[in-house]
Amino acid sequence: MSDQNQRGEKSELEGGSEFGKSTRRTFLSRLGMAGLLVSTRPMIGEPARAESPAPSAPAIEGAIPVTLRVNGKKYDLQIDPRTTLLDCLREHLHLTGSKKGCDHGQCGACTVHVNGRRVNSCLCFAAMYQDHEITTIEGIGQPENLHPIQEAFVSHDAYQCGYCTSGQIMAAVAMLSEPCGPEDAEVKEFMSGNICRCGAYQNIVAAIQSVRQGTNKKKTA
Amino acid sequence: MFELLREDDPVRAIAAGAKATTAQQGADVRFIAGGTTLIDLMKLNVETPQKVVDVTHLPFGKIETLPDGGLKIGAMVRNSELAYHPIVRKDYAVLSEAILSGASTQLRNMATTAGNLLQRTRCMYFRDTAMRCNKREPGSGCDAITGVNRSLAILGTSEHCIATNPSDMNVALAALEATIHIQGTKGERSVPIGDFHLLPGNTPQRETVLEPGDLIIHVTLPPPAPGARSLYLKLRDRASYEFALASAAVVVSATGGKITRARVALGGVGTKPWRSPEAETELMGQAATEPVFRKAADAALREAKPQSQNGFKVELAKRCLVHALKLVTQTT
Repeated sequence: MSDQNQRGEKSELEGGSEFGKSTRRTFLSRLGMAGLLVSTRPMIGEPARAESPAPSAPAIEGAIPVTLRVNGKKYDLQIDPRTTLLDCLREHLHLTGSKKGCDHGQCGACTVHVNGRRVNSCLCFAAMYQDHEITTIEGIGQPENLHPIQEAFVSHDAYQCGYCTSGQIMAAVAMLSEPCGPEDAEVKEFMSGNICRCGAYQNIVAAIQSVRQGTNKKKTA
Repeated sequence: MFELLREDDPVRAIAAGAKATTAQQGADVRFIAGGTTLIDLMKLNVETPQKVVDVTHLPFGKIETLPDGGLKIGAMVRNSELAYHPIVRKDYAVLSEAILSGASTQLRNMATTAGNLLQRTRCMYFRDTAMRCNKREPGSGCDAITGVNRSLAILGTSEHCIATNPSDMNVALAALEATIHIQGTKGERSVPIGDFHLLPGNTPQRETVLEPGDLIIHVTLPPPAPGARSLYLKLRDRASYEFALASAAVVVSATGGKITRARVALGGVGTKPWRSPEAETELMGQAATEPVFRKAADAALREAKPQSQNGFKVELAKRCLVHALKLVTQTT
Protein backbone atom coordinates (compact mmCIF):
# COMPACT_ATOMS: atom_id res chain seq x y z
CA MET A 1 0.00 0.00 0.00
CA SER A 2 2.75 2.44 0.90
CA ASP A 3 4.50 1.60 -2.35
CA GLN A 4 1.36 2.48 -4.21
CA ASN A 5 1.09 5.75 -2.31
CA GLN A 6 4.65 6.54 -3.10
CA ARG A 7 4.08 5.97 -6.79
CA GLY A 8 0.87 7.98 -6.78
CA GLU A 9 2.39 10.96 -5.04
CA LYS A 10 5.49 10.92 -7.21
CA SER A 11 3.55 11.04 -10.43
CA GLU A 12 1.53 13.97 -9.15
CA LEU A 13 4.71 15.82 -8.29
CA GLU A 14 5.87 15.21 -11.80
CA GLY A 15 2.91 17.18 -13.00
CA GLY A 16 0.44 14.44 -13.90
CA SER A 17 -3.28 15.05 -13.74
CA GLU A 18 -4.55 14.90 -10.15
CA PHE A 19 -7.69 13.00 -11.02
CA GLY A 20 -6.09 10.73 -13.51
CA LYS A 21 -3.26 9.44 -11.37
CA SER A 22 -3.98 9.83 -7.68
CA THR A 23 -5.57 6.89 -5.94
CA ARG A 24 -8.68 7.23 -3.84
CA ARG A 25 -6.52 6.93 -0.74
CA THR A 26 -4.00 9.61 -1.69
CA PHE A 27 -6.89 11.88 -2.66
CA LEU A 28 -8.63 11.32 0.66
CA SER A 29 -5.49 11.74 2.71
CA ARG A 30 -4.88 15.00 0.83
CA LEU A 31 -8.32 16.15 1.95
CA GLY A 32 -7.28 15.22 5.48
CA MET A 33 -4.14 17.32 5.15
CA ALA A 34 -6.20 20.28 3.99
CA GLY A 35 -8.33 19.86 7.11
CA LEU A 36 -5.22 19.97 9.24
CA LEU A 37 -3.97 23.08 7.50
CA VAL A 38 -7.04 25.11 8.35
CA SER A 39 -7.18 23.83 11.92
CA THR A 40 -5.11 25.40 14.66
CA ARG A 41 -3.28 22.18 15.46
CA PRO A 42 0.39 22.11 14.52
CA MET A 43 1.33 19.50 11.95
CA ILE A 44 4.27 17.98 13.77
CA GLY A 45 2.22 14.90 14.63
CA GLU A 46 1.49 14.08 11.00
CA PRO A 47 3.69 11.17 9.98
CA ALA A 48 5.50 11.36 6.66
CA ARG A 49 3.50 8.65 4.98
CA ALA A 50 5.34 8.28 1.71
CA GLU A 51 8.80 7.84 3.20
CA SER A 52 8.27 5.48 6.10
CA PRO A 53 5.95 2.51 6.13
CA ALA A 54 5.98 2.34 9.93
CA PRO A 55 6.56 5.75 11.43
CA SER A 56 6.75 5.88 15.18
CA ALA A 57 4.40 8.70 16.01
CA PRO A 58 6.06 11.06 18.48
CA ALA A 59 4.52 12.90 21.40
CA ILE A 60 1.76 10.47 22.34
CA GLU A 61 1.21 10.91 26.05
CA GLY A 62 1.65 7.64 27.92
CA ALA A 63 2.86 5.79 24.84
CA ILE A 64 4.54 2.44 25.34
CA PRO A 65 7.01 0.59 23.12
CA VAL A 66 5.37 -2.22 21.18
CA THR A 67 6.89 -4.62 18.67
CA LEU A 68 4.54 -6.32 16.25
CA ARG A 69 5.11 -8.92 13.56
CA VAL A 70 2.71 -8.29 10.72
CA ASN A 71 2.80 -10.18 7.41
CA GLY A 72 6.31 -11.39 8.24
CA LYS A 73 7.65 -7.90 8.90
CA LYS A 74 8.72 -6.54 12.26
CA TYR A 75 7.55 -3.11 13.38
CA ASP A 76 8.82 -1.16 16.41
CA LEU A 77 6.23 1.34 17.54
CA GLN A 78 5.34 3.77 20.31
CA ILE A 79 1.60 3.61 20.89
CA ASP A 80 -1.03 4.45 23.46
CA PRO A 81 -1.63 1.16 25.34
CA ARG A 82 -5.36 1.41 24.56
CA THR A 83 -4.70 1.28 20.82
CA THR A 84 -6.59 -1.61 19.30
CA LEU A 85 -4.85 -3.89 16.88
CA LEU A 86 -7.16 -2.56 14.15
CA ASP A 87 -6.29 1.08 14.80
CA CYS A 88 -2.62 0.18 15.07
CA LEU A 89 -2.68 -1.58 11.69
CA ARG A 90 -4.58 1.22 9.98
CA GLU A 91 -3.28 4.37 11.62
CA HIS A 92 0.28 3.44 12.58
CA LEU A 93 1.29 0.85 9.98
CA HIS A 94 -1.00 2.23 7.26
CA LEU A 95 -2.19 -1.26 6.43
CA THR A 96 -5.64 -0.02 5.59
CA GLY A 97 -6.98 -3.23 4.07
CA SER A 98 -8.48 -4.22 7.44
CA LYS A 99 -11.65 -2.17 7.78
CA LYS A 100 -13.42 -0.56 10.72
CA GLY A 101 -17.13 -1.31 10.49
CA CYS A 102 -18.82 -1.41 13.89
CA ASP A 103 -15.66 -1.28 16.07
CA HIS A 104 -17.45 -3.59 18.56
CA GLY A 105 -16.82 -7.11 17.27
CA GLN A 106 -20.19 -7.36 15.59
CA CYS A 107 -19.50 -7.00 11.86
CA GLY A 108 -16.25 -8.84 11.07
CA ALA A 109 -14.84 -6.16 8.72
CA CYS A 110 -11.69 -5.98 10.88
CA THR A 111 -10.95 -9.73 10.71
CA VAL A 112 -7.23 -10.59 10.73
CA HIS A 113 -5.33 -13.77 11.58
CA VAL A 114 -3.34 -14.20 14.78
CA ASN A 115 -1.12 -17.28 14.49
CA GLY A 116 -3.41 -18.47 11.70
CA ARG A 117 -6.64 -18.08 13.67
CA ARG A 118 -9.15 -15.40 12.75
CA VAL A 119 -9.99 -12.70 15.29
CA ASN A 120 -11.77 -9.34 15.40
CA SER A 121 -8.84 -6.92 15.52
CA CYS A 122 -11.10 -4.13 16.86
CA LEU A 123 -11.38 -5.99 20.19
CA CYS A 124 -7.64 -6.60 20.65
CA PHE A 125 -5.21 -4.30 22.39
CA ALA A 126 -2.25 -4.27 20.00
CA ALA A 127 0.22 -4.39 22.89
CA MET A 128 -1.13 -7.83 23.87
CA TYR A 129 -0.17 -9.35 20.51
CA GLN A 130 3.57 -8.81 20.52
CA ASP A 131 4.49 -12.51 20.59
CA HIS A 132 2.15 -13.39 17.78
CA GLU A 133 2.25 -13.67 14.02
CA ILE A 134 -0.34 -11.29 12.63
CA THR A 135 -1.59 -11.62 9.07
CA THR A 136 -3.75 -9.03 7.32
CA ILE A 137 -5.36 -8.99 3.88
CA GLU A 138 -2.13 -7.37 2.61
CA GLY A 139 -0.27 -10.56 3.58
CA ILE A 140 -2.68 -12.98 1.93
CA GLY A 141 -2.14 -12.15 -1.71
CA GLN A 142 -1.15 -9.43 -4.12
CA PRO A 143 -2.93 -8.20 -7.28
CA GLU A 144 -0.54 -10.20 -9.45
CA ASN A 145 -0.59 -13.22 -7.16
CA LEU A 146 -4.01 -13.61 -5.56
CA HIS A 147 -4.94 -16.15 -2.92
CA PRO A 148 -7.41 -18.72 -4.32
CA ILE A 149 -10.15 -17.23 -2.12
CA GLN A 150 -9.43 -13.77 -3.54
CA GLU A 151 -9.52 -15.18 -7.07
CA ALA A 152 -12.84 -16.86 -6.33
CA PHE A 153 -14.32 -13.65 -4.90
CA VAL A 154 -13.40 -11.91 -8.16
CA SER A 155 -14.74 -14.62 -10.45
CA HIS A 156 -17.97 -15.00 -8.43
CA ASP A 157 -18.60 -11.27 -8.00
CA ALA A 158 -18.71 -11.86 -4.24
CA TYR A 159 -19.02 -8.20 -3.27
CA GLN A 160 -20.76 -5.00 -4.17
CA CYS A 161 -19.33 -1.99 -2.34
CA GLY A 162 -16.33 -3.99 -1.15
CA TYR A 163 -16.11 -2.59 2.37
CA CYS A 164 -16.64 -5.92 4.13
CA THR A 165 -14.65 -7.87 1.54
CA SER A 166 -11.23 -7.96 3.17
CA GLY A 167 -12.84 -9.21 6.38
CA GLN A 168 -14.90 -11.75 4.43
CA ILE A 169 -11.77 -13.00 2.67
CA MET A 170 -9.75 -13.25 5.90
CA ALA A 171 -12.61 -15.17 7.52
CA ALA A 172 -12.95 -17.46 4.49
CA VAL A 173 -9.22 -18.17 4.27
CA ALA A 174 -9.16 -19.17 7.95
CA MET A 175 -12.32 -21.22 7.47
CA LEU A 176 -10.54 -23.46 4.98
CA SER A 177 -8.62 -25.02 7.88
CA GLU A 178 -11.59 -25.16 10.30
CA PRO A 179 -13.91 -28.16 10.81
CA CYS A 180 -16.68 -26.90 8.54
CA GLY A 181 -19.02 -29.42 6.91
CA PRO A 182 -19.54 -29.57 3.13
CA GLU A 183 -22.99 -27.93 2.89
CA ASP A 184 -23.76 -24.30 2.01
CA ALA A 185 -25.67 -24.01 5.31
CA GLU A 186 -22.50 -24.91 7.20
CA VAL A 187 -20.48 -22.31 5.30
CA LYS A 188 -23.14 -19.72 6.18
CA GLU A 189 -22.87 -20.68 9.85
CA PHE A 190 -19.07 -20.44 9.79
CA MET A 191 -19.23 -17.08 8.00
CA SER A 192 -22.00 -15.59 10.16
CA GLY A 193 -19.58 -13.29 11.99
CA ASN A 194 -19.07 -11.28 8.79
CA ILE A 195 -21.89 -8.96 7.86
CA CYS A 196 -22.36 -7.70 4.30
CA ARG A 197 -24.60 -4.63 4.13
CA CYS A 198 -24.95 -5.03 0.34
CA GLY A 199 -26.16 -8.59 0.76
CA ALA A 200 -23.61 -10.36 -1.43
CA TYR A 201 -24.00 -13.49 0.69
CA GLN A 202 -25.07 -15.85 -2.11
CA ASN A 203 -21.97 -15.11 -4.15
CA ILE A 204 -19.70 -15.15 -1.11
CA VAL A 205 -20.89 -18.68 -0.27
CA ALA A 206 -20.51 -19.72 -3.93
CA ALA A 207 -16.96 -18.30 -4.06
CA ILE A 208 -15.92 -20.14 -0.90
CA GLN A 209 -17.53 -23.39 -2.02
CA SER A 210 -15.78 -23.17 -5.40
CA VAL A 211 -12.42 -23.12 -3.63
CA ARG A 212 -13.36 -25.92 -1.24
CA GLN A 213 -14.64 -28.04 -4.11
CA GLY A 214 -11.78 -27.11 -6.43
CA THR A 215 -14.13 -25.83 -9.10
CA ASN A 216 -13.15 -22.18 -9.25
CA LYS A 217 -12.07 -21.14 -12.72
CA LYS A 218 -9.22 -18.68 -12.85
CA LYS A 219 -10.22 -15.34 -14.24
CA THR A 220 -9.22 -15.16 -17.88
CA ALA A 221 -8.49 -11.65 -18.99
CA MET B 1 -3.32 7.66 33.23
CA PHE B 2 -4.21 4.28 31.76
CA GLU B 3 -1.86 1.36 32.31
CA LEU B 4 -1.74 -2.00 30.56
CA LEU B 5 0.29 -4.47 32.58
CA ARG B 6 1.33 -7.97 31.57
CA GLU B 7 1.75 -10.45 34.42
CA ASP B 8 3.10 -13.95 33.83
CA ASP B 9 2.90 -15.02 37.46
CA PRO B 10 -0.54 -15.62 39.06
CA VAL B 11 0.52 -14.27 42.46
CA ARG B 12 1.66 -10.99 40.94
CA ALA B 13 -1.49 -10.75 38.80
CA ILE B 14 -3.62 -11.34 41.89
CA ALA B 15 -1.68 -8.71 43.84
CA ALA B 16 -2.29 -6.21 41.03
CA GLY B 17 -6.00 -7.08 40.95
CA ALA B 18 -6.28 -6.86 44.74
CA LYS B 19 -5.59 -3.12 44.58
CA ALA B 20 -9.02 -2.60 43.01
CA THR B 21 -11.78 -1.13 45.14
CA THR B 22 -14.23 -3.65 43.65
CA ALA B 23 -14.12 -6.64 41.34
CA GLN B 24 -17.63 -5.80 40.15
CA GLN B 25 -19.14 -3.11 37.90
CA GLY B 26 -16.88 -0.09 37.56
CA ALA B 27 -13.71 -1.82 38.78
CA ASP B 28 -10.63 0.41 38.57
CA VAL B 29 -8.40 -2.61 37.92
CA ARG B 30 -9.51 -5.29 35.46
CA PHE B 31 -8.00 -8.54 34.26
CA ILE B 32 -8.07 -8.95 30.49
CA ALA B 33 -7.92 -12.15 28.44
CA GLY B 34 -9.88 -12.29 25.17
CA GLY B 35 -11.03 -8.71 25.55
CA THR B 36 -14.29 -9.35 23.74
CA THR B 37 -16.39 -7.98 26.61
CA LEU B 38 -14.02 -5.57 28.32
CA ILE B 39 -12.73 -3.65 25.29
CA ASP B 40 -16.26 -3.45 23.90
CA LEU B 41 -17.53 -1.93 27.17
CA MET B 42 -14.50 0.37 27.49
CA LYS B 43 -15.35 1.85 24.09
CA LEU B 44 -18.86 2.51 25.39
CA ASN B 45 -17.53 4.12 28.61
CA VAL B 46 -19.44 1.48 30.58
CA GLU B 47 -16.14 0.12 31.92
CA THR B 48 -13.43 2.67 32.71
CA PRO B 49 -10.54 0.81 34.38
CA GLN B 50 -7.35 2.75 35.08
CA LYS B 51 -5.28 -0.40 35.05
CA VAL B 52 -5.78 -3.52 32.93
CA VAL B 53 -3.80 -6.65 33.73
CA ASP B 54 -3.08 -8.96 30.79
CA VAL B 55 -3.46 -12.50 32.16
CA THR B 56 -3.22 -14.37 28.85
CA HIS B 57 0.28 -15.59 29.64
CA LEU B 58 -0.67 -17.25 32.93
CA PRO B 59 -0.32 -21.05 32.94
CA PHE B 60 -4.06 -21.82 32.78
CA GLY B 61 -4.39 -22.76 29.13
CA LYS B 62 -4.87 -26.53 29.29
CA ILE B 63 -7.70 -29.04 29.21
CA GLU B 64 -6.89 -32.11 31.30
CA THR B 65 -8.74 -35.22 32.40
CA LEU B 66 -8.97 -35.67 36.17
CA PRO B 67 -8.22 -38.91 38.08
CA ASP B 68 -11.95 -39.24 38.92
CA GLY B 69 -12.83 -39.13 35.21
CA GLY B 70 -13.89 -35.50 35.25
CA LEU B 71 -12.44 -32.66 33.21
CA LYS B 72 -10.33 -29.66 34.22
CA ILE B 73 -10.64 -26.68 31.91
CA GLY B 74 -8.06 -23.90 32.22
CA ALA B 75 -9.35 -20.36 32.64
CA MET B 76 -7.43 -19.19 29.55
CA VAL B 77 -8.64 -21.96 27.22
CA ARG B 78 -10.20 -20.27 24.20
CA ASN B 79 -13.87 -21.05 23.62
CA SER B 80 -13.23 -22.55 20.17
CA GLU B 81 -10.56 -24.87 21.55
CA LEU B 82 -12.91 -26.04 24.31
CA ALA B 83 -15.85 -26.57 21.94
CA TYR B 84 -13.79 -28.72 19.55
CA HIS B 85 -11.92 -30.72 22.19
CA PRO B 86 -12.56 -34.43 21.46
CA ILE B 87 -13.48 -35.27 25.08
CA VAL B 88 -15.88 -32.34 25.29
CA ARG B 89 -17.54 -33.31 21.99
CA LYS B 90 -17.92 -36.91 23.14
CA ASP B 91 -18.73 -36.70 26.87
CA TYR B 92 -20.03 -33.16 27.32
CA ALA B 93 -21.80 -32.51 24.01
CA VAL B 94 -24.07 -29.91 25.62
CA LEU B 95 -21.03 -27.73 26.36
CA SER B 96 -19.63 -28.00 22.85
CA GLU B 97 -23.03 -27.24 21.30
CA ALA B 98 -23.68 -24.30 23.64
CA ILE B 99 -20.35 -22.65 22.88
CA LEU B 100 -20.68 -23.17 19.12
CA SER B 101 -24.18 -21.69 19.18
CA GLY B 102 -22.84 -18.41 20.56
CA ALA B 103 -21.01 -15.51 18.91
CA SER B 104 -18.88 -16.04 15.79
CA THR B 105 -15.75 -18.06 15.07
CA GLN B 106 -13.65 -14.90 15.40
CA LEU B 107 -15.04 -14.15 18.86
CA ARG B 108 -14.81 -17.78 19.99
CA ASN B 109 -11.14 -17.80 18.95
CA MET B 110 -10.58 -14.89 21.35
CA ALA B 111 -12.98 -15.49 24.25
CA THR B 112 -11.80 -17.62 27.19
CA THR B 113 -13.45 -19.91 29.75
CA ALA B 114 -13.08 -17.39 32.58
CA GLY B 115 -14.06 -14.47 30.38
CA ASN B 116 -17.23 -16.20 29.22
CA LEU B 117 -18.19 -16.89 32.85
CA LEU B 118 -17.91 -13.14 33.39
CA GLN B 119 -19.62 -12.11 30.16
CA ARG B 120 -21.78 -9.02 30.76
CA THR B 121 -25.41 -8.55 29.89
CA ARG B 122 -26.47 -7.25 26.47
CA CYS B 123 -29.24 -5.13 28.04
CA MET B 124 -29.12 -1.99 25.90
CA TYR B 125 -29.82 0.22 28.90
CA PHE B 126 -26.70 -1.14 30.59
CA ARG B 127 -24.65 -0.54 27.44
CA ASP B 128 -25.87 3.04 26.85
CA THR B 129 -24.56 5.59 29.36
CA ALA B 130 -27.37 7.99 28.43
CA MET B 131 -29.88 5.62 30.03
CA ARG B 132 -30.60 4.93 33.67
CA CYS B 133 -29.28 1.57 34.85
CA ASN B 134 -28.93 0.29 38.41
CA LYS B 135 -26.31 -2.20 37.33
CA ARG B 136 -24.05 0.43 35.76
CA GLU B 137 -24.91 3.23 38.19
CA PRO B 138 -26.45 1.89 41.42
CA GLY B 139 -29.51 3.80 42.53
CA SER B 140 -30.07 5.59 39.22
CA GLY B 141 -33.13 3.53 38.25
CA CYS B 142 -33.95 1.01 35.53
CA ASP B 143 -35.17 2.30 32.19
CA ALA B 144 -35.50 -1.25 30.86
CA ILE B 145 -38.51 -2.10 33.03
CA THR B 146 -40.57 0.62 31.37
CA GLY B 147 -38.67 0.46 28.08
CA VAL B 148 -37.75 -1.96 25.32
CA ASN B 149 -37.48 -5.19 27.30
CA ARG B 150 -38.36 -7.85 24.71
CA SER B 151 -35.01 -9.64 25.07
CA LEU B 152 -34.70 -9.30 28.84
CA ALA B 153 -35.18 -11.72 31.72
CA ILE B 154 -38.33 -13.27 33.16
CA LEU B 155 -36.69 -15.33 35.91
CA GLY B 156 -34.63 -14.08 38.84
CA THR B 157 -35.47 -10.43 38.20
CA SER B 158 -35.99 -7.72 40.79
CA GLU B 159 -37.60 -4.29 40.72
CA HIS B 160 -34.04 -2.95 40.23
CA CYS B 161 -32.81 -5.06 37.33
CA ILE B 162 -34.13 -7.40 34.63
CA ALA B 163 -30.90 -7.87 32.66
CA THR B 164 -30.36 -11.30 31.09
CA ASN B 165 -27.16 -13.29 31.48
CA PRO B 166 -26.18 -13.61 27.80
CA SER B 167 -23.84 -16.61 27.94
CA ASP B 168 -24.63 -19.95 26.30
CA MET B 169 -21.58 -21.65 27.81
CA ASN B 170 -22.73 -20.81 31.35
CA VAL B 171 -26.07 -22.53 30.78
CA ALA B 172 -24.33 -25.75 29.75
CA LEU B 173 -21.95 -25.47 32.72
CA ALA B 174 -24.97 -25.13 35.03
CA ALA B 175 -26.54 -28.32 33.65
CA LEU B 176 -23.16 -30.09 33.96
CA GLU B 177 -22.80 -28.95 37.59
CA ALA B 178 -19.43 -27.33 36.99
CA THR B 179 -17.23 -25.98 39.77
CA ILE B 180 -15.39 -22.67 39.46
CA HIS B 181 -11.90 -22.61 40.98
CA ILE B 182 -10.70 -19.24 42.18
CA GLN B 183 -7.32 -18.11 43.43
CA GLY B 184 -7.24 -14.96 45.53
CA THR B 185 -5.12 -13.15 48.07
CA LYS B 186 -6.18 -15.66 50.76
CA GLY B 187 -5.51 -18.79 48.69
CA GLU B 188 -7.68 -21.05 46.58
CA ARG B 189 -11.37 -21.81 46.87
CA SER B 190 -13.98 -23.51 44.73
CA VAL B 191 -17.54 -22.40 44.10
CA PRO B 192 -20.32 -24.45 42.48
CA ILE B 193 -21.55 -22.65 39.36
CA GLY B 194 -25.00 -22.24 40.91
CA ASP B 195 -23.49 -20.06 43.64
CA PHE B 196 -21.02 -18.20 41.41
CA HIS B 197 -23.47 -15.78 39.76
CA LEU B 198 -25.68 -13.64 42.00
CA LEU B 199 -29.29 -12.61 41.57
CA PRO B 200 -29.64 -8.85 41.06
CA GLY B 201 -31.83 -8.19 44.14
CA ASN B 202 -31.12 -4.62 45.19
CA THR B 203 -27.42 -4.83 44.23
CA PRO B 204 -27.48 -5.55 40.48
CA GLN B 205 -23.96 -4.11 40.17
CA ARG B 206 -22.74 -7.25 41.96
CA GLU B 207 -22.91 -10.12 39.47
CA THR B 208 -20.58 -12.75 40.94
CA VAL B 209 -18.93 -13.73 44.23
CA LEU B 210 -15.57 -12.38 43.01
CA GLU B 211 -13.65 -9.99 45.26
CA PRO B 212 -10.69 -7.77 44.31
CA GLY B 213 -7.73 -9.94 43.30
CA ASP B 214 -9.87 -13.04 42.75
CA LEU B 215 -8.71 -14.82 39.61
CA ILE B 216 -10.61 -17.71 38.06
CA ILE B 217 -7.93 -20.33 37.39
CA HIS B 218 -9.96 -23.25 36.08
CA VAL B 219 -13.36 -24.90 35.86
CA THR B 220 -13.91 -28.57 36.64
CA LEU B 221 -16.64 -30.86 35.39
CA PRO B 222 -17.70 -34.03 37.22
CA PRO B 223 -17.29 -37.31 35.33
CA PRO B 224 -20.01 -37.79 32.70
CA ALA B 225 -23.11 -39.39 34.29
CA PRO B 226 -23.47 -43.04 33.24
CA GLY B 227 -25.64 -43.42 30.15
CA ALA B 228 -26.34 -39.70 29.99
CA ARG B 229 -27.07 -37.88 26.77
CA SER B 230 -26.87 -34.13 26.60
CA LEU B 231 -27.99 -31.40 24.26
CA TYR B 232 -28.23 -27.62 23.89
CA LEU B 233 -31.15 -26.08 22.04
CA LYS B 234 -31.13 -22.36 21.34
CA LEU B 235 -33.99 -20.25 19.96
CA ARG B 236 -33.26 -16.78 18.60
CA ASP B 237 -34.30 -14.13 16.11
CA ARG B 238 -31.66 -15.17 13.53
CA ALA B 239 -30.34 -18.59 12.58
CA SER B 240 -26.83 -17.68 13.69
CA TYR B 241 -24.79 -15.05 15.52
CA GLU B 242 -27.53 -13.92 17.88
CA PHE B 243 -28.22 -14.12 21.59
CA ALA B 244 -30.84 -16.56 22.86
CA LEU B 245 -34.46 -15.56 23.39
CA ALA B 246 -34.70 -18.91 25.14
CA SER B 247 -32.37 -21.88 25.34
CA ALA B 248 -32.22 -25.18 27.17
CA ALA B 249 -29.28 -27.31 28.30
CA VAL B 250 -30.35 -30.84 29.21
CA VAL B 251 -28.39 -33.82 30.51
CA VAL B 252 -30.61 -36.90 30.78
CA SER B 253 -30.09 -40.59 31.61
CA ALA B 254 -32.93 -42.98 30.83
CA THR B 255 -33.34 -46.75 31.08
CA GLY B 256 -36.23 -48.60 29.52
CA GLY B 257 -37.96 -45.35 28.64
CA LYS B 258 -37.79 -44.13 32.24
CA ILE B 259 -35.75 -41.11 33.28
CA THR B 260 -33.23 -42.02 35.97
CA ARG B 261 -31.40 -38.69 36.15
CA ALA B 262 -32.03 -35.24 34.68
CA ARG B 263 -30.23 -31.92 34.81
CA VAL B 264 -31.93 -28.90 33.27
CA ALA B 265 -30.77 -25.31 32.80
CA LEU B 266 -32.31 -22.48 30.81
CA GLY B 267 -30.67 -19.55 29.01
CA GLY B 268 -31.95 -16.26 27.62
CA VAL B 269 -34.64 -16.03 30.29
CA GLY B 270 -32.76 -15.65 33.57
CA THR B 271 -30.71 -12.95 35.26
CA LYS B 272 -28.19 -15.75 35.83
CA PRO B 273 -27.69 -19.14 34.13
CA TRP B 274 -30.96 -20.74 35.22
CA ARG B 275 -30.74 -24.24 36.66
CA SER B 276 -34.21 -25.66 37.29
CA PRO B 277 -34.37 -28.22 40.13
CA GLU B 278 -38.18 -27.94 39.80
CA ALA B 279 -38.08 -29.36 36.28
CA GLU B 280 -35.58 -32.04 37.32
CA THR B 281 -37.90 -33.21 40.11
CA GLU B 282 -40.80 -33.51 37.65
CA LEU B 283 -38.68 -35.64 35.31
CA MET B 284 -37.08 -37.94 37.87
CA GLY B 285 -38.38 -41.50 37.65
CA GLN B 286 -40.98 -40.58 35.02
CA ALA B 287 -41.52 -41.94 31.53
CA ALA B 288 -39.80 -39.96 28.77
CA THR B 289 -43.03 -38.69 27.24
CA GLU B 290 -44.27 -35.31 26.08
CA PRO B 291 -46.84 -34.82 28.89
CA VAL B 292 -44.05 -35.37 31.43
CA PHE B 293 -41.79 -32.91 29.58
CA ARG B 294 -44.60 -30.39 29.53
CA LYS B 295 -45.09 -30.72 33.30
CA ALA B 296 -41.36 -30.20 33.79
CA ALA B 297 -41.45 -27.10 31.58
CA ASP B 298 -44.45 -25.70 33.47
CA ALA B 299 -42.55 -26.22 36.73
CA ALA B 300 -39.44 -24.51 35.36
CA LEU B 301 -41.38 -21.38 34.37
CA ARG B 302 -43.84 -21.29 37.31
CA GLU B 303 -42.10 -18.31 38.90
CA ALA B 304 -41.67 -16.39 35.64
CA LYS B 305 -42.44 -12.66 35.79
CA PRO B 306 -42.78 -11.33 32.27
CA GLN B 307 -42.23 -7.65 31.48
CA SER B 308 -44.33 -5.52 29.12
CA GLN B 309 -42.78 -6.93 25.92
CA ASN B 310 -41.42 -10.36 26.75
CA GLY B 311 -44.47 -12.36 27.82
CA PHE B 312 -43.91 -14.60 24.79
CA LYS B 313 -40.74 -15.89 26.43
CA VAL B 314 -42.71 -17.91 28.99
CA GLU B 315 -44.26 -20.18 26.37
CA LEU B 316 -41.16 -20.05 24.16
CA ALA B 317 -38.92 -21.26 26.99
CA LYS B 318 -41.39 -24.05 27.82
CA ARG B 319 -41.51 -25.25 24.23
CA CYS B 320 -37.74 -24.97 24.00
CA LEU B 321 -37.31 -27.23 27.02
CA VAL B 322 -39.95 -29.72 25.86
CA HIS B 323 -38.31 -29.97 22.45
CA ALA B 324 -34.82 -30.34 23.93
CA LEU B 325 -36.05 -33.17 26.19
CA LYS B 326 -37.74 -34.87 23.24
CA LEU B 327 -34.56 -34.71 21.17
CA VAL B 328 -32.27 -35.91 23.94
CA THR B 329 -34.45 -38.91 24.85
CA GLN B 330 -35.18 -39.93 21.25
CA THR B 331 -34.06 -43.48 20.62
CA THR B 332 -32.24 -43.67 17.34
